[in-house]
Amino acid sequence: MQFGIFTVGDVTTDPTTGRTPTEHERIKNTVAIALKAEEVGLDVFATGEHHNPPFVPSSPTTLLGHIAARTENLILSTSTTLITTNDPVKIAEDYATLQHLADGRVDLMMGRGNTGPVYPWFGQDIRQGIPLAIEHYALLHKLWREDVVDWEGKFRSALQGFTSTPRPLDGVPPFVWHGSIRSPEIAEQAAYYGDGFFANHIFWPKHHTEKMVRLYRQRYAHYGHGTPEQAIVGLGGQVFMRKNSQDAVRDFRPYFDNAPVYGHGPTLEEFSRETPLTVGSPQEVIERTLSFRDYVGDYQRQLFLVDHAGLPLKTVLEQLDILGEEVVPVLRKEFASLRPAGVPATAPLHPAVLASKEV
Amino acid sequence: MQTLKLVAVSAGLSSPSSTRLLADRLLQAARYRLAEQEYAVDVQVVELRDLAVDIAKNFVTGFPSAALQEAIDTVTGADGVIAVTPVFTASYSGLFKSFFDLIDPAALTGVPVLVGATGGTARHSLVLDHALRPLFAYLRALVAPTAVYAASEDWGSGGDAYTDGLPSRINRAGSEFADMVAARPSRNADEDEIVPFERQLADLRLD
Repeated sequence: MQFGIFTVGDVTTDPTTGRTPTEHERIKNTVAIALKAEEVGLDVFATGEHHNPPFVPSSPTTLLGHIAARTENLILSTSTTLITTNDPVKIAEDYATLQHLADGRVDLMMGRGNTGPVYPWFGQDIRQGIPLAIEHYALLHKLWREDVVDWEGKFRSALQGFTSTPRPLDGVPPFVWHGSIRSPEIAEQAAYYGDGFFANHIFWPKHHTEKMVRLYRQRYAHYGHGTPEQAIVGLGGQVFMRKNSQDAVRDFRPYFDNAPVYGHGPTLEEFSRETPLTVGSPQEVIERTLSFRDYVGDYQRQLFLVDHAGLPLKTVLEQLDILGEEVVPVLRKEFASLRPAGVPATAPLHPAVLASKEV
Repeated sequence: MQTLKLVAVSAGLSSPSSTRLLADRLLQAARYRLAEQEYAVDVQVVELRDLAVDIAKNFVTGFPSAALQEAIDTVTGADGVIAVTPVFTASYSGLFKSFFDLIDPAALTGVPVLVGATGGTARHSLVLDHALRPLFAYLRALVAPTAVYAASEDWGSGGDAYTDGLPSRINRAGSEFADMVAARPSRNADEDEIVPFERQLADLRLD
Protein backbone atom coordinates (compact mmCIF):
# COMPACT_ATOMS: atom_id res chain seq x y z
CA MET A 1 0.00 0.00 0.00
CA GLN A 2 1.20 3.49 -0.74
CA PHE A 3 1.04 6.48 1.55
CA GLY A 4 1.61 10.06 0.70
CA ILE A 5 0.41 13.62 0.82
CA PHE A 6 -1.64 15.79 -1.49
CA THR A 7 -1.59 19.55 -1.58
CA VAL A 8 -4.13 22.08 -2.75
CA GLY A 9 -1.45 24.76 -3.05
CA ASP A 10 -3.42 27.52 -1.35
CA VAL A 11 -1.76 30.74 -0.23
CA THR A 12 -3.57 31.33 3.05
CA THR A 13 -2.88 33.79 5.86
CA ASP A 14 -1.72 32.11 9.06
CA PRO A 15 -4.57 33.10 11.39
CA THR A 16 -2.33 32.91 14.46
CA THR A 17 0.24 35.41 13.17
CA GLY A 18 -1.63 37.28 10.43
CA ARG A 19 1.25 36.52 8.07
CA THR A 20 0.57 35.59 4.44
CA PRO A 21 3.34 33.81 2.55
CA THR A 22 4.29 35.18 -0.85
CA GLU A 23 3.64 33.01 -3.89
CA HIS A 24 7.39 32.50 -4.12
CA GLU A 25 7.53 31.24 -0.53
CA ARG A 26 4.54 28.99 -1.05
CA ILE A 27 6.06 27.38 -4.14
CA LYS A 28 9.43 26.88 -2.44
CA ASN A 29 7.70 25.55 0.67
CA THR A 30 5.77 23.07 -1.46
CA VAL A 31 9.06 21.73 -2.78
CA ALA A 32 10.44 21.51 0.78
CA ILE A 33 7.31 19.58 1.81
CA ALA A 34 7.71 17.14 -1.09
CA LEU A 35 11.40 16.56 -0.29
CA LYS A 36 10.49 15.98 3.34
CA ALA A 37 7.85 13.45 2.28
CA GLU A 38 10.56 11.41 0.60
CA GLU A 39 12.94 11.87 3.52
CA VAL A 40 10.44 10.47 6.04
CA GLY A 41 9.67 7.49 3.83
CA LEU A 42 6.35 8.43 2.28
CA ASP A 43 5.63 7.10 -1.21
CA VAL A 44 3.63 9.76 -3.00
CA PHE A 45 3.48 13.53 -3.44
CA ALA A 46 0.50 14.89 -5.37
CA THR A 47 -0.25 18.48 -6.31
CA GLY A 48 -3.53 20.10 -7.20
CA GLU A 49 -4.01 22.27 -10.27
CA HIS A 50 -5.62 25.68 -10.05
CA HIS A 51 -5.81 28.71 -12.28
CA ASN A 52 -6.88 31.44 -9.90
CA PRO A 53 -5.66 33.14 -6.71
CA PRO A 54 -5.07 32.27 -3.91
CA PHE A 55 -3.61 29.09 -5.41
CA VAL A 56 -0.12 28.69 -6.91
CA PRO A 57 0.00 25.31 -8.70
CA SER A 58 -1.07 26.29 -12.22
CA SER A 59 1.84 24.43 -13.78
CA PRO A 60 2.00 20.99 -12.15
CA THR A 61 4.57 19.36 -14.41
CA THR A 62 7.02 22.22 -13.88
CA LEU A 63 6.72 21.71 -10.13
CA LEU A 64 6.79 17.92 -10.34
CA GLY A 65 9.71 17.93 -12.79
CA HIS A 66 11.73 19.98 -10.34
CA ILE A 67 10.84 17.66 -7.46
CA ALA A 68 11.65 14.65 -9.65
CA ALA A 69 15.17 15.97 -10.11
CA ARG A 70 15.66 16.26 -6.37
CA THR A 71 14.18 12.93 -5.26
CA GLU A 72 14.93 9.26 -5.83
CA ASN A 73 11.89 7.25 -4.86
CA LEU A 74 8.93 9.57 -4.47
CA ILE A 75 6.03 8.96 -6.86
CA LEU A 76 4.86 12.24 -8.38
CA SER A 77 1.17 12.58 -8.87
CA THR A 78 -1.65 15.10 -9.20
CA SER A 79 -4.78 15.86 -7.23
CA THR A 80 -6.20 16.62 -9.68
CA THR A 81 -5.27 17.24 -13.31
CA LEU A 82 -8.06 19.18 -14.96
CA ILE A 83 -9.15 16.87 -17.75
CA THR A 84 -11.98 19.24 -18.68
CA THR A 85 -10.13 22.47 -19.39
CA ASN A 86 -6.68 21.21 -20.36
CA ASP A 87 -5.99 20.07 -23.87
CA PRO A 88 -5.63 16.29 -23.64
CA VAL A 89 -2.80 16.47 -26.19
CA LYS A 90 -0.82 18.74 -23.88
CA ILE A 91 -1.51 16.45 -20.91
CA ALA A 92 -0.26 13.49 -22.96
CA GLU A 93 2.94 15.35 -23.87
CA ASP A 94 3.63 16.95 -20.49
CA TYR A 95 3.16 13.84 -18.38
CA ALA A 96 4.99 11.55 -20.80
CA THR A 97 7.94 13.95 -20.60
CA LEU A 98 7.70 13.97 -16.81
CA GLN A 99 7.62 10.18 -16.86
CA HIS A 100 10.94 10.09 -18.74
CA LEU A 101 12.57 12.66 -16.47
CA ALA A 102 11.35 10.87 -13.32
CA ASP A 103 12.24 7.41 -14.63
CA GLY A 104 8.64 6.26 -14.41
CA ARG A 105 7.79 7.63 -10.96
CA VAL A 106 4.63 9.29 -12.26
CA ASP A 107 0.93 8.73 -12.12
CA LEU A 108 -1.92 11.20 -12.26
CA MET A 109 -5.44 11.78 -11.13
CA MET A 110 -8.11 13.20 -13.39
CA GLY A 111 -10.62 15.68 -12.03
CA ARG A 112 -13.12 18.10 -13.47
CA GLY A 113 -12.42 21.17 -11.35
CA ASN A 114 -15.17 23.06 -9.62
CA THR A 115 -14.17 26.68 -10.18
CA GLY A 116 -16.82 28.02 -12.54
CA PRO A 117 -14.84 30.72 -14.37
CA VAL A 118 -11.93 28.39 -15.18
CA TYR A 119 -14.08 26.74 -17.84
CA PRO A 120 -14.77 29.91 -19.85
CA TRP A 121 -11.21 31.16 -19.25
CA PHE A 122 -10.06 28.05 -21.07
CA GLY A 123 -12.78 28.23 -23.69
CA GLN A 124 -15.06 25.57 -22.21
CA ASP A 125 -18.55 25.36 -20.72
CA ILE A 126 -18.98 24.06 -17.16
CA ARG A 127 -22.36 22.51 -18.06
CA GLN A 128 -20.39 20.16 -20.31
CA GLY A 129 -18.14 19.08 -17.40
CA ILE A 130 -18.87 15.36 -17.54
CA PRO A 131 -18.92 15.02 -21.36
CA LEU A 132 -15.62 16.96 -21.46
CA ALA A 133 -14.09 14.60 -18.91
CA ILE A 134 -15.29 11.59 -20.90
CA GLU A 135 -14.19 12.79 -24.31
CA HIS A 136 -10.87 14.34 -23.31
CA TYR A 137 -9.84 11.27 -21.38
CA ALA A 138 -10.85 8.97 -24.24
CA LEU A 139 -8.42 10.93 -26.42
CA LEU A 140 -5.66 10.99 -23.81
CA HIS A 141 -6.00 7.23 -23.32
CA LYS A 142 -5.60 6.70 -27.06
CA LEU A 143 -2.66 9.12 -27.42
CA TRP A 144 -0.66 7.14 -24.88
CA ARG A 145 -1.48 3.77 -26.43
CA GLU A 146 -1.51 4.31 -30.18
CA ASP A 147 1.50 5.70 -32.00
CA VAL A 148 -0.54 7.32 -34.75
CA VAL A 149 -3.91 8.73 -33.82
CA ASP A 150 -6.82 9.81 -36.00
CA TRP A 151 -9.39 11.55 -33.90
CA GLU A 152 -12.64 13.48 -34.19
CA GLY A 153 -14.63 14.59 -31.18
CA LYS A 154 -17.16 17.13 -30.09
CA PHE A 155 -14.94 19.50 -28.15
CA ARG A 156 -11.44 19.50 -29.58
CA SER A 157 -10.25 20.10 -33.11
CA ALA A 158 -9.71 16.89 -35.05
CA LEU A 159 -6.35 15.12 -35.28
CA GLN A 160 -5.27 13.20 -38.36
CA GLY A 161 -2.07 11.16 -38.29
CA PHE A 162 -1.00 12.70 -35.00
CA THR A 163 1.75 11.22 -32.83
CA SER A 164 2.09 12.46 -29.27
CA THR A 165 5.75 12.71 -28.31
CA PRO A 166 7.61 11.58 -26.35
CA ARG A 167 5.98 8.17 -26.28
CA PRO A 168 5.32 6.91 -22.71
CA LEU A 169 8.43 5.53 -21.00
CA ASP A 170 9.04 1.93 -22.10
CA GLY A 171 5.59 1.94 -23.73
CA VAL A 172 3.91 1.98 -20.30
CA PRO A 173 1.38 4.82 -20.04
CA PRO A 174 1.26 6.57 -16.66
CA PHE A 175 -1.29 5.00 -14.34
CA VAL A 176 -4.44 7.10 -14.04
CA TRP A 177 -6.84 7.61 -11.15
CA HIS A 178 -10.20 9.29 -11.62
CA GLY A 179 -11.28 11.48 -8.76
CA SER A 180 -14.84 12.38 -7.91
CA ILE A 181 -16.88 13.09 -4.81
CA ARG A 182 -20.30 12.12 -6.06
CA SER A 183 -20.56 11.73 -9.82
CA PRO A 184 -21.40 8.10 -10.66
CA GLU A 185 -20.41 8.79 -14.28
CA ILE A 186 -16.79 9.18 -13.16
CA ALA A 187 -16.79 5.99 -11.08
CA GLU A 188 -18.20 4.29 -14.18
CA GLN A 189 -15.46 5.80 -16.35
CA ALA A 190 -12.71 4.58 -14.01
CA ALA A 191 -14.27 1.10 -13.95
CA TYR A 192 -14.62 0.94 -17.72
CA TYR A 193 -10.92 1.55 -18.32
CA GLY A 194 -9.76 -0.51 -15.34
CA ASP A 195 -8.15 2.67 -14.00
CA GLY A 196 -7.99 3.64 -10.34
CA PHE A 197 -10.73 5.49 -8.51
CA PHE A 198 -9.75 8.11 -5.97
CA ALA A 199 -12.28 9.37 -3.45
CA ASN A 200 -11.23 12.76 -2.16
CA HIS A 201 -12.89 11.73 1.09
CA ILE A 202 -12.11 14.99 2.90
CA PHE A 203 -14.53 17.79 3.68
CA TRP A 204 -17.48 15.42 3.10
CA PRO A 205 -19.28 12.75 5.11
CA LYS A 206 -18.01 9.24 4.48
CA HIS A 207 -21.21 7.89 2.95
CA HIS A 208 -20.43 9.66 -0.36
CA THR A 209 -17.12 7.82 -0.49
CA GLU A 210 -18.69 4.54 0.52
CA LYS A 211 -21.35 4.75 -2.18
CA MET A 212 -18.98 5.79 -4.96
CA VAL A 213 -16.35 3.17 -4.14
CA ARG A 214 -19.00 0.44 -4.01
CA LEU A 215 -20.30 1.47 -7.41
CA TYR A 216 -16.77 1.62 -8.86
CA ARG A 217 -15.88 -1.84 -7.52
CA GLN A 218 -19.06 -3.42 -8.93
CA ARG A 219 -18.55 -1.85 -12.34
CA TYR A 220 -14.81 -2.70 -12.38
CA ALA A 221 -15.79 -6.34 -12.08
CA HIS A 222 -18.61 -5.88 -14.61
CA TYR A 223 -16.05 -4.73 -17.20
CA GLY A 224 -13.94 -7.79 -16.55
CA HIS A 225 -10.85 -6.25 -14.98
CA GLY A 226 -10.96 -8.51 -11.92
CA THR A 227 -13.07 -9.03 -8.83
CA PRO A 228 -14.62 -6.04 -7.06
CA GLU A 229 -12.05 -6.49 -4.30
CA GLN A 230 -9.20 -6.16 -6.81
CA ALA A 231 -10.27 -2.73 -8.06
CA ILE A 232 -7.74 0.04 -7.41
CA VAL A 233 -8.95 2.50 -4.80
CA GLY A 234 -7.31 5.57 -3.31
CA LEU A 235 -8.54 7.75 -0.49
CA GLY A 236 -7.82 11.20 0.83
CA GLY A 237 -7.62 12.05 4.48
CA GLN A 238 -6.92 15.10 6.55
CA VAL A 239 -4.98 14.99 9.80
CA PHE A 240 -3.31 17.16 12.39
CA MET A 241 -1.33 15.52 15.17
CA ARG A 242 0.40 16.29 18.43
CA LYS A 243 1.62 13.79 20.97
CA ASN A 244 -1.41 14.58 23.09
CA SER A 245 -4.83 14.78 21.59
CA GLN A 246 -5.71 17.96 23.54
CA ASP A 247 -2.63 19.77 22.22
CA ALA A 248 -3.54 18.83 18.66
CA VAL A 249 -7.05 20.22 19.07
CA ARG A 250 -5.78 23.40 20.73
CA ASP A 251 -3.11 24.04 18.08
CA PHE A 252 -5.27 23.23 15.06
CA ARG A 253 -8.46 25.02 16.14
CA PRO A 254 -7.49 28.53 14.95
CA TYR A 255 -6.58 27.08 11.54
CA PHE A 256 -9.79 25.10 11.41
CA ASP A 257 -11.95 28.03 12.48
CA ASN A 258 -10.53 30.26 9.75
CA ALA A 259 -9.94 27.70 6.99
CA PRO A 260 -11.24 28.79 3.59
CA VAL A 261 -13.10 25.53 3.05
CA TYR A 262 -15.05 25.03 6.25
CA GLY A 263 -14.12 27.97 8.50
CA HIS A 264 -16.78 30.03 10.25
CA GLY A 265 -19.15 27.07 10.05
CA PRO A 266 -19.34 23.94 12.16
CA THR A 267 -17.08 23.35 15.13
CA LEU A 268 -13.92 21.28 14.85
CA GLU A 269 -15.62 18.59 16.91
CA GLU A 270 -18.71 18.47 14.68
CA PHE A 271 -16.65 18.42 11.51
CA SER A 272 -14.39 15.68 12.87
CA ARG A 273 -17.44 13.60 13.63
CA GLU A 274 -19.07 14.11 10.24
CA THR A 275 -16.01 13.86 7.97
CA PRO A 276 -12.71 11.94 8.05
CA LEU A 277 -10.84 14.94 9.52
CA THR A 278 -8.78 13.62 12.43
CA VAL A 279 -7.16 15.99 14.89
CA GLY A 280 -5.50 14.14 17.72
CA SER A 281 -2.67 11.84 18.70
CA PRO A 282 -0.80 9.63 16.21
CA GLN A 283 -2.65 6.65 17.68
CA GLU A 284 -6.01 8.27 16.95
CA VAL A 285 -4.94 8.92 13.35
CA ILE A 286 -3.88 5.28 13.01
CA GLU A 287 -7.20 4.02 14.32
CA ARG A 288 -9.29 6.38 12.22
CA THR A 289 -7.34 5.59 9.06
CA LEU A 290 -7.67 1.85 9.61
CA SER A 291 -11.42 2.35 10.01
CA PHE A 292 -11.65 3.64 6.41
CA ARG A 293 -11.13 0.03 5.36
CA ASP A 294 -14.44 -0.89 7.02
CA TYR A 295 -16.42 0.97 4.39
CA VAL A 296 -14.22 0.98 1.27
CA GLY A 297 -12.52 -2.40 1.62
CA ASP A 298 -8.80 -3.04 1.15
CA TYR A 299 -7.38 -0.15 -0.79
CA GLN A 300 -4.12 0.79 -2.44
CA ARG A 301 -3.32 4.41 -1.72
CA GLN A 302 -3.85 6.78 1.18
CA LEU A 303 -3.02 10.45 0.73
CA PHE A 304 -3.16 12.99 3.54
CA LEU A 305 -3.75 16.71 3.31
CA VAL A 306 -1.37 18.35 5.76
CA ASP A 307 -0.37 21.74 4.39
CA HIS A 308 -3.47 23.89 3.99
CA ALA A 309 -5.36 26.59 5.90
CA GLY A 310 -2.27 28.72 6.51
CA LEU A 311 -0.27 26.19 8.54
CA PRO A 312 3.36 27.37 8.58
CA LEU A 313 6.07 25.26 6.92
CA LYS A 314 7.64 24.32 10.24
CA THR A 315 4.38 22.80 11.48
CA VAL A 316 3.81 20.95 8.21
CA LEU A 317 7.29 19.42 8.37
CA GLU A 318 6.61 18.33 11.97
CA GLN A 319 3.43 16.66 10.77
CA LEU A 320 5.42 14.78 8.13
CA ASP A 321 7.91 13.63 10.76
CA ILE A 322 5.08 12.19 12.84
CA LEU A 323 3.49 10.59 9.80
CA GLY A 324 6.78 9.03 8.71
CA GLU A 325 7.98 7.91 12.13
CA GLU A 326 4.88 6.94 14.05
CA VAL A 327 1.87 6.59 11.79
CA VAL A 328 2.70 5.20 8.36
CA PRO A 329 4.94 2.33 9.53
CA VAL A 330 2.09 1.04 11.70
CA LEU A 331 -0.47 1.54 8.96
CA ARG A 332 1.71 -0.30 6.44
CA LYS A 333 1.95 -3.28 8.74
CA GLU A 334 -1.69 -3.32 9.78
CA PHE A 335 -3.12 -2.86 6.29
CA ALA A 336 -0.76 -5.52 4.91
CA SER A 337 -1.78 -8.04 7.56
CA LEU A 338 -5.48 -7.45 6.85
CA ARG A 339 -5.18 -7.59 3.06
CA PRO A 340 -6.33 -10.93 1.60
CA ALA A 341 -4.16 -12.70 -0.96
CA GLY A 342 -5.10 -11.71 -4.50
CA VAL A 343 -5.88 -8.10 -3.63
CA PRO A 344 -3.13 -5.90 -5.04
CA ALA A 345 -1.13 -3.86 -2.54
CA THR A 346 -0.52 -1.01 -4.97
CA ALA A 347 -1.82 0.29 -8.26
CA PRO A 348 -0.11 -1.21 -11.33
CA LEU A 349 2.70 1.35 -11.66
CA HIS A 350 5.53 1.69 -14.11
CA PRO A 351 8.31 -0.63 -12.93
CA ALA A 352 5.95 -3.50 -12.11
CA VAL A 353 3.99 -3.16 -15.33
CA LEU A 354 7.21 -3.05 -17.33
CA ALA A 355 8.49 -6.17 -15.56
CA SER A 356 5.25 -8.03 -16.28
CA LYS A 357 5.49 -7.03 -19.95
CA GLU A 358 9.02 -8.41 -20.22
CA VAL A 359 8.15 -11.79 -18.71
CA MET B 1 -54.90 1.32 0.37
CA GLN B 2 -51.64 3.18 -0.03
CA THR B 3 -50.54 5.72 2.55
CA LEU B 4 -49.97 9.20 1.21
CA LYS B 5 -47.25 11.27 2.79
CA LEU B 6 -47.99 14.94 3.28
CA VAL B 7 -45.26 17.19 4.61
CA ALA B 8 -45.64 20.78 5.75
CA VAL B 9 -42.60 23.05 5.85
CA SER B 10 -43.02 25.94 8.25
CA ALA B 11 -40.55 28.82 8.33
CA GLY B 12 -42.19 30.52 11.33
CA LEU B 13 -39.73 31.70 13.93
CA SER B 14 -41.75 32.39 17.08
CA SER B 15 -43.43 29.83 19.25
CA PRO B 16 -46.33 29.64 18.97
CA SER B 17 -46.18 30.86 15.41
CA SER B 18 -49.01 31.90 13.13
CA THR B 19 -47.03 30.45 10.20
CA ARG B 20 -47.04 27.05 11.90
CA LEU B 21 -50.70 27.52 12.73
CA LEU B 22 -51.51 28.13 9.06
CA ALA B 23 -49.39 25.12 8.04
CA ASP B 24 -51.26 22.91 10.50
CA ARG B 25 -54.64 24.16 9.30
CA LEU B 26 -53.75 23.55 5.65
CA LEU B 27 -52.45 20.10 6.50
CA GLN B 28 -55.63 19.33 8.39
CA ALA B 29 -57.83 20.49 5.50
CA ALA B 30 -55.93 18.34 3.01
CA ARG B 31 -55.95 15.37 5.29
CA TYR B 32 -59.69 15.66 5.88
CA ARG B 33 -60.36 15.74 2.16
CA LEU B 34 -58.16 12.66 1.55
CA ALA B 35 -59.74 10.83 4.46
CA GLU B 36 -63.14 11.40 2.88
CA GLN B 37 -61.83 9.51 -0.13
CA GLU B 38 -60.55 6.79 2.23
CA TYR B 39 -56.88 7.43 1.77
CA ALA B 40 -54.56 6.69 4.63
CA VAL B 41 -52.53 9.82 5.24
CA ASP B 42 -49.26 10.26 7.06
CA VAL B 43 -48.46 13.87 7.96
CA GLN B 44 -45.24 15.46 9.12
CA VAL B 45 -44.20 19.02 9.83
CA VAL B 46 -40.67 20.27 9.23
CA GLU B 47 -39.93 23.30 11.42
CA LEU B 48 -37.12 25.24 9.79
CA ARG B 49 -36.39 27.16 12.98
CA ASP B 50 -34.94 23.98 14.49
CA LEU B 51 -32.69 23.59 11.45
CA ALA B 52 -31.61 27.23 11.06
CA VAL B 53 -28.03 26.68 12.25
CA ASP B 54 -27.65 23.43 10.30
CA ILE B 55 -28.88 25.19 7.17
CA ALA B 56 -26.27 27.94 7.60
CA LYS B 57 -23.56 25.33 8.17
CA ASN B 58 -24.58 23.49 5.01
CA PHE B 59 -23.85 26.66 3.05
CA VAL B 60 -20.39 26.83 4.57
CA THR B 61 -19.40 23.16 4.31
CA GLY B 62 -21.38 22.02 1.30
CA PHE B 63 -23.05 19.09 3.02
CA PRO B 64 -26.04 18.74 5.37
CA SER B 65 -25.98 17.52 8.96
CA ALA B 66 -27.81 14.27 9.65
CA ALA B 67 -30.86 16.14 10.97
CA LEU B 68 -30.99 18.43 7.95
CA GLN B 69 -30.53 15.50 5.56
CA GLU B 70 -33.47 13.79 7.22
CA ALA B 71 -35.60 16.90 6.78
CA ILE B 72 -34.60 17.21 3.12
CA ASP B 73 -35.38 13.53 2.54
CA THR B 74 -38.74 13.95 4.26
CA VAL B 75 -39.68 16.83 1.97
CA THR B 76 -38.37 15.33 -1.25
CA GLY B 77 -39.98 11.97 -0.44
CA ALA B 78 -43.43 13.47 0.16
CA ASP B 79 -46.46 12.91 -2.06
CA GLY B 80 -47.40 16.54 -1.46
CA VAL B 81 -45.70 19.49 0.20
CA ILE B 82 -47.29 22.41 2.02
CA ALA B 83 -44.85 25.32 2.21
CA VAL B 84 -45.60 28.24 4.50
CA THR B 85 -43.44 31.26 5.21
CA PRO B 86 -43.76 34.54 7.02
CA VAL B 87 -43.30 37.61 4.82
CA PHE B 88 -40.00 39.33 5.54
CA THR B 89 -38.95 42.45 3.64
CA ALA B 90 -41.33 41.99 0.75
CA SER B 91 -40.74 38.29 0.17
CA TYR B 92 -40.40 34.85 1.71
CA SER B 93 -38.02 34.72 4.65
CA GLY B 94 -34.32 34.08 4.07
CA LEU B 95 -34.52 30.90 6.09
CA PHE B 96 -37.36 29.59 3.92
CA LYS B 97 -35.43 30.31 0.72
CA SER B 98 -32.21 28.91 2.16
CA PHE B 99 -33.88 25.59 2.90
CA PHE B 100 -35.20 25.27 -0.63
CA ASP B 101 -31.77 26.34 -1.96
CA LEU B 102 -30.42 23.14 -0.45
CA ILE B 103 -32.92 20.89 -2.21
CA ASP B 104 -31.87 19.33 -5.48
CA PRO B 105 -33.59 21.38 -8.22
CA ALA B 106 -35.07 18.20 -9.72
CA ALA B 107 -36.25 16.63 -6.45
CA LEU B 108 -39.70 18.23 -6.42
CA THR B 109 -40.45 17.89 -10.12
CA GLY B 110 -44.16 17.17 -10.54
CA VAL B 111 -44.86 17.18 -6.81
CA PRO B 112 -48.07 18.95 -5.74
CA VAL B 113 -47.27 21.95 -3.56
CA LEU B 114 -49.62 24.17 -1.60
CA VAL B 115 -48.16 27.56 -0.73
CA GLY B 116 -49.11 29.81 2.13
CA ALA B 117 -47.77 32.93 3.77
CA THR B 118 -48.42 35.00 6.86
CA GLY B 119 -47.85 38.66 7.58
CA GLY B 120 -48.86 41.59 9.71
CA THR B 121 -51.11 43.14 7.08
CA ALA B 122 -53.00 41.90 4.07
CA ARG B 123 -51.04 44.31 1.87
CA HIS B 124 -48.31 41.70 1.36
CA SER B 125 -50.62 39.00 0.06
CA LEU B 126 -49.27 39.10 -3.49
CA VAL B 127 -46.08 37.54 -2.15
CA LEU B 128 -47.85 34.27 -2.89
CA ASP B 129 -47.99 35.00 -6.59
CA HIS B 130 -44.88 37.14 -7.00
CA ALA B 131 -42.42 35.15 -4.92
CA LEU B 132 -43.67 31.70 -3.90
CA ARG B 133 -45.20 30.58 -7.18
CA PRO B 134 -42.11 31.46 -9.26
CA LEU B 135 -39.88 29.64 -6.77
CA PHE B 136 -41.88 26.44 -7.11
CA ALA B 137 -42.30 26.93 -10.84
CA TYR B 138 -38.51 26.87 -11.07
CA LEU B 139 -38.52 23.61 -9.12
CA ARG B 140 -41.16 22.29 -11.58
CA ALA B 141 -43.56 21.54 -8.76
CA LEU B 142 -47.33 21.63 -9.35
CA VAL B 143 -48.62 24.55 -7.30
CA ALA B 144 -52.27 24.37 -6.23
CA PRO B 145 -54.41 27.12 -7.79
CA THR B 146 -55.50 28.49 -4.43
CA ALA B 147 -52.77 29.73 -2.14
CA VAL B 148 -53.52 31.12 1.29
CA TYR B 149 -52.33 34.32 2.84
CA ALA B 150 -53.19 34.93 6.50
CA ALA B 151 -52.77 38.44 7.82
CA SER B 152 -52.93 38.97 11.58
CA GLU B 153 -56.45 40.34 11.27
CA ASP B 154 -57.67 37.21 9.45
CA TRP B 155 -57.28 35.16 12.61
CA GLY B 156 -59.93 37.32 14.29
CA SER B 157 -62.45 38.02 11.56
CA GLY B 158 -64.80 36.24 9.20
CA GLY B 159 -65.35 36.93 5.55
CA ASP B 160 -67.37 39.80 4.20
CA ALA B 161 -69.46 40.45 1.14
CA TYR B 162 -66.39 40.58 -1.08
CA THR B 163 -63.94 38.04 0.40
CA ASP B 164 -64.09 34.57 1.88
CA GLY B 165 -62.88 34.25 5.42
CA LEU B 166 -59.70 32.40 6.27
CA PRO B 167 -61.35 29.03 7.07
CA SER B 168 -63.07 28.76 3.72
CA ARG B 169 -59.87 29.76 1.87
CA ILE B 170 -57.99 27.12 3.82
CA ASN B 171 -60.59 24.51 2.98
CA ARG B 172 -60.64 25.36 -0.69
CA ALA B 173 -56.82 25.30 -0.91
CA GLY B 174 -56.57 22.08 1.12
CA SER B 175 -59.14 20.34 -1.07
CA GLU B 176 -57.56 21.39 -4.35
CA PHE B 177 -54.17 20.27 -3.11
CA ALA B 178 -55.55 16.96 -1.77
CA ASP B 179 -57.16 16.19 -5.13
CA MET B 180 -53.87 16.85 -6.90
CA VAL B 181 -52.06 14.52 -4.50
CA ALA B 182 -54.67 11.79 -4.91
CA ALA B 183 -54.60 12.07 -8.70
CA ARG B 184 -50.86 11.64 -8.90
CA PRO B 185 -49.30 8.19 -8.99
CA SER B 186 -47.30 7.34 -5.91
CA ARG B 187 -43.64 8.19 -6.11
CA ASN B 188 -41.10 5.43 -6.33
CA ALA B 189 -37.95 5.74 -4.33
CA ASP B 190 -35.44 5.94 -7.16
CA GLU B 191 -32.03 4.36 -6.91
CA ASP B 192 -29.12 6.08 -8.60
CA GLU B 193 -29.08 4.79 -12.10
CA ILE B 194 -25.83 4.06 -13.88
CA VAL B 195 -25.41 5.22 -17.43
CA PRO B 196 -23.25 2.48 -18.93
CA PHE B 197 -19.98 3.86 -20.21
CA GLU B 198 -20.62 2.67 -23.76
CA ARG B 199 -23.67 4.91 -23.80
CA GLN B 200 -21.73 7.86 -22.37
CA LEU B 201 -19.26 7.41 -25.23
CA ALA B 202 -21.99 6.89 -27.79
CA ASP B 203 -23.64 10.13 -26.69
CA LEU B 204 -20.42 11.84 -27.74
CA ARG B 205 -20.24 9.70 -30.86
CA LEU B 206 -16.76 8.48 -29.99
CA ASP B 207 -15.46 5.04 -30.69
